[in-house]
Amino acid sequence: MKFLTNLRRHAAARPMLLILALLAVGLGYSVVAPQQSSAETEMTQQIEEGKALFDFTCSSCHGLGGEGTTQGPSLIGVGAAAVDFQMGTGRMPAAREQAQLPARQVNYSQEQIEAVAAYVATFGPGPAIPSPDQVSPEGLTEEEIARGGALFRANCSACHGITGGGGAMPNGKYAPNLTETTGVHIYEAVRTGPQQMPTFSKEVITDQDVREIIAYVDDANSQPNYGGLTMGDAGPVSEGFWAFVIGIGGLAMVATWIAKKGARAR
Amino acid sequence: MATPTRVAESSPAVEADRAPASKPKEMHGVAKWADERIGIAKIGKFGLRKVFPDHWSFLLGEIALYSFIILLLTGVFLTIWFKPSMAEIEYDGSYQLLKGMPVSEAFASTLDISFDVRGGLLVRQIHHWAALLFVAAATVHMLRVFFTGAFRKPREVNWLIGVGLLSLSLIAGFAGYSLPDDLLSGTGLRFVDGLIRSIPIIGTWAEFFVFGGEYPGSILIPRLYMVHILLVPGILLGLISAHLALVVYHKHTQYPGAGRTENNVVGYPLFPIYMAKAGGFFFIVFGFLVLMGGFFQINPVWLYGPYDPAKVTAGSQPDWYMGWVEGAIRIIPAMEWHIAGTTWTWSVFLPGVGLMGVLFVGLGLWPFIESWITGDKREHHLLDRPRNAPTRTALGVAGMTCYGMFWLSGGNDIIATRFNLDLNAITLFMRVAVFVAPVIAFIITKRIALSLQRADRERVLHGSEDGMIVRSPEGGYSEAHLPVSKEEEFLLTQHLQHKVLEQGHDTDARGVQRKKGGVGRLQARLSRWYLGHDIPKATASEIEAAHNHGAHGEVEGSHGAPELDGDGTGATPHHSADEDAHSGSTAG
Repeated sequence: MKFLTNLRRHAAARPMLLILALLAVGLGYSVVAPQQSSAETEMTQQIEEGKALFDFTCSSCHGLGGEGTTQGPSLIGVGAAAVDFQMGTGRMPAAREQAQLPARQVNYSQEQIEAVAAYVATFGPGPAIPSPDQVSPEGLTEEEIARGGALFRANCSACHGITGGGGAMPNGKYAPNLTETTGVHIYEAVRTGPQQMPTFSKEVITDQDVREIIAYVDDANSQPNYGGLTMGDAGPVSEGFWAFVIGIGGLAMVATWIAKKGARAR
Repeated sequence: MATPTRVAESSPAVEADRAPASKPKEMHGVAKWADERIGIAKIGKFGLRKVFPDHWSFLLGEIALYSFIILLLTGVFLTIWFKPSMAEIEYDGSYQLLKGMPVSEAFASTLDISFDVRGGLLVRQIHHWAALLFVAAATVHMLRVFFTGAFRKPREVNWLIGVGLLSLSLIAGFAGYSLPDDLLSGTGLRFVDGLIRSIPIIGTWAEFFVFGGEYPGSILIPRLYMVHILLVPGILLGLISAHLALVVYHKHTQYPGAGRTENNVVGYPLFPIYMAKAGGFFFIVFGFLVLMGGFFQINPVWLYGPYDPAKVTAGSQPDWYMGWVEGAIRIIPAMEWHIAGTTWTWSVFLPGVGLMGVLFVGLGLWPFIESWITGDKREHHLLDRPRNAPTRTALGVAGMTCYGMFWLSGGNDIIATRFNLDLNAITLFMRVAVFVAPVIAFIITKRIALSLQRADRERVLHGSEDGMIVRSPEGGYSEAHLPVSKEEEFLLTQHLQHKVLEQGHDTDARGVQRKKGGVGRLQARLSRWYLGHDIPKATASEIEAAHNHGAHGEVEGSHGAPELDGDGTGATPHHSADEDAHSGSTAG
């Protein structure tokens, strides 16, 4: 057994062993690891496209690795949902620094946006773009939609107004109008908390809650205006304005006419 | 300047009838029956011949009166369906977006009125619009009375009743819009809860007294209901009756004009002319409110949802008449003291409780303050033209401006979102504007009023141009002036101009010894500030001189007016150096 002992004590034994182990692990992995599918190739392609777009349009502020600069925040861990929201509503890429970035015309196709989203998602785990059934109000009962109203009043209306008409916030910031916002973007905003908005986790507001809220906002803004014209839709401010303009103004004109009419005009 | 419009010499309605030669016809039938029992002939003779003067601004108070009547009518309808209870039930009505929600009975019954009672939403909206219009018309009516000086002796008491009516109407309105127990009105109640608690030392106790325990409690809606449908309307009804009875007793004021004196009222009798006018106006006001209730949505409580003290929505505002207090609270910087275990929240107490107190106490005292400053103790039945009381007019406009600035602050978030402005910038601007804007408004208004006085004086002395430019043989151009009509001359010169009170004078205007001490230093200084800038109106001798002086119809201005120096006294081209220069240049 001297031969084996000599071999073990040979100077090259340890490196050789290491190489053998590596070979075994490598071969083992190639057997155990799943075959690379064509989908994955597409994914990789998408990520590469996204990276190209990202490097071109986003990296000047967010950094080449999405680590953030003095101009823009870090994107590590924001998830695909954040990208889909910011780019899908035209807020990103930003034209200039503002108190708050407004929603603008979207200049990217949904494929391009999803490519960037997929690339940004590789920086770190974050909320994903919701599937259609996560945001669709299909199948919700009236009571559940009404519950969505209660949730909206409790969590959203303090900034977004009573049915999502928007509201003012300090220093030129504002909570935007939600009446034209799609369900996907509402979901993404809830999960990622863009700009001034707080982030609501799935433990605080479940996916079912978000669906109910989306359904409520949709229904509340598509129902007929019971009671007549909303006249500016600014609550008591516009009501008081019209009470003076139409009520006092109109009746003062009538009063002028009545006072002018007299027995004197014969 | 335009020539004055012609006024008919007389009319059958204003001419006195010749006394009938025969005895008046005896009454028959129902009229006789009623007269024998309740004496309608005497009442009718007094009431139906009562004369009211004609002016559109005299109808502003009527808008308030009619809105009040419409409020009573629609309010009765609403009480049939409304349940003033804070008991929690599950909503099970027609409005789907609240289905199954836990709501108070008050809120559920408001939704039922809106969606399940036939015509309920229309009546609810008429009621709310009428409430806004009632307070608006009362406010505008008060401004009319203020700017025309109708509050002066002998009407100070009626002015005080009016101030009481206005303050009570705010309470009535507030109690009313809190009843539906929706999220917006509940936020308003929370606001008032804060106001009550901000009263130093007794605040918490007062809150517990009003709410029957800690906010919001469970008895507030029934209490507000009592206040809204019984207590305040009852007092309002009594005060309105007194208000109108005093109008009858004092007789209506009238604007100055030819034939109108302090001892008569020129206008039309109640029957038939004013009955038709006022009655017709009632139906027009009612029609306006029905149209507004029918076409314009107001207070959509179904969107606001049920009240929950934990919730508040962006864009919460009170109805317009509380908006200025809201605005004051929004813009005031935080100020709070803690003394010996008590909290003194000045930033709520001062703008909320303090400002409302200042407004209503100030309004109430104003007739007495003004008569003290001017020393004017006579009766007035002829109204002031606002220009002839420039300081009062300027003060009024300054007050309105201040109110308006607070008002705008109350809508600062709406302004920020609608006009893309910075909320903090609006707040900072308003903090300055509530102090500066009234001063600017005061100065501008006073300048305008004095300019109008100057223009009046010039018109009396100067007349109006006749529109024909005449070229003289020397080449000069001139335009002859026509004297104004006697009626216009009267209108422009009829007003009283009070003398500035001098310090230490212990006799009144007629030389009678005052009982108590003479004019003090403060009174004299205020009097000089208040009256000292008036442009002396044209006197009879000045007008006489002006008429005689004009060789070419040109009317010469007075030389006795100390305030008028050259620019105000009319052109003097016929014997001035520049006329020589003028003819010289054209001749050359």
